[in-house]
Amino acid sequence: MSSFPSIAIASGKGGTGKTTVAVHLAAWLAGRGEAVQYLDCDVEEPNGHLFLKPVIETAEPAAIPVPVVDNDRCTACGKCAAACEFNAVAMLKKPMVFTELCHGCGACTLVCPVEAIREEPRDIGTVETGQAGPIRFAQGRLNVGEPMSPPLIRAVKNRRDPAAIALFDSPPGTSCPVIAAVRAADFIVLVTEPSPFGLHDLTLAVETFRPMDLPFGVVVNRADPADLRVQDFCRQQEIPVLAELPDDRRVAETYARGELLFDRLPEWRDRMAELWARIEERL
Amino acid sequence: MKVVITSSSQTLADPIDMHFGRAKFFILADTETGRATAHDNAQNLHAAQGAGIQSAETVAKLGAEAVITGSVGPKAFRALQAAGIQIALVEAPCPGTEALRRFKDGELPVLDSPNSEGHWV
Repeated sequence: MSSFPSIAIASGKGGTGKTTVAVHLAAWLAGRGEAVQYLDCDVEEPNGHLFLKPVIETAEPAAIPVPVVDNDRCTACGKCAAACEFNAVAMLKKPMVFTELCHGCGACTLVCPVEAIREEPRDIGTVETGQAGPIRFAQGRLNVGEPMSPPLIRAVKNRRDPAAIALFDSPPGTSCPVIAAVRAADFIVLVTEPSPFGLHDLTLAVETFRPMDLPFGVVVNRADPADLRVQDFCRQQEIPVLAELPDDRRVAETYARGELLFDRLPEWRDRMAELWARIEERL
Repeated sequence: MKVVITSSSQTLADPIDMHFGRAKFFILADTETGRATAHDNAQNLHAAQGAGIQSAETVAKLGAEAVITGSVGPKAFRALQAAGIQIALVEAPCPGTEALRRFKDGELPVLDSPNSEGHWV
């Protein structure tokens, strides 16, 4: 294990508190003098910047290579369309490319026997890097209307600083963007809430991450002593509960103002310290 | 003229399938001879994405000059246009035989733009 591990903060359900946990963990680690980098991989709606307020220093477009067919050269053999796993190429009179479905894998270009296909970059979003006080900052911004986020998430993760603890703030759910965000992380923190939806989506997340063979633990946000279904589930499944963050109206108020909690709720420093200790002992 | 009817089963006696891309079956019918053959579309029915595009490709390969269906999304529309395939619409499910008769009588409107939203990738 490197002395600078990478931690993905994920959840099955949206709105459980991934960003809350990620930015406070980043701020607490930085406050302790650790080199830390926050990478917002929730590229459809990156919002960590609202709390960390970084100064953005670089902004670069991220693109995927999409095929362009030279119809004069094309013999209409159809191999490109047959090779495409994503139905992005249709063999009609000539091949027709639907770039919005293209994952940029290059298979069509590879199988074309007459070299009639070349690749052109298609912009899908922007990768920004900067500095939020001592915290190194990176985020992706997916273009509006763009469905293809995993390549942008990978581009954000390529900005990872190997000399800092990395926190990957993941998108919610259990599909490709989440896999792109958590892949190669040393540990996954699954944030959930004590609601039927939180528990349901947590079970989906557990089913998703177990086969990936990545260690993970659960943070119960807005914890409610009267509803311990999530904790019971974790016990049955032998999943460590790393932290229980109590439900508190002041958290919501401070969050809604885009402020970190430490000034108003100093006990959150201890909560992050404890959470980090629980993560560290599992790395 | 060769026409494809999107169908809920392998026979024209049953109602047509109102979806183009994820239709259960394509029935290729010859308006002159009356001959009809059914083609399973299960592969595209379960596609994660691009069902309409692949269905357009299937219909083009069958040699159809027109499609009779209920709704066509934006990508399938582009693909069918590129293949030069006319799209005729029924507004409600009816037996394939009836759709075909109305098409031959020129009663079905021809679609000149997509009439269905694309699905989420």
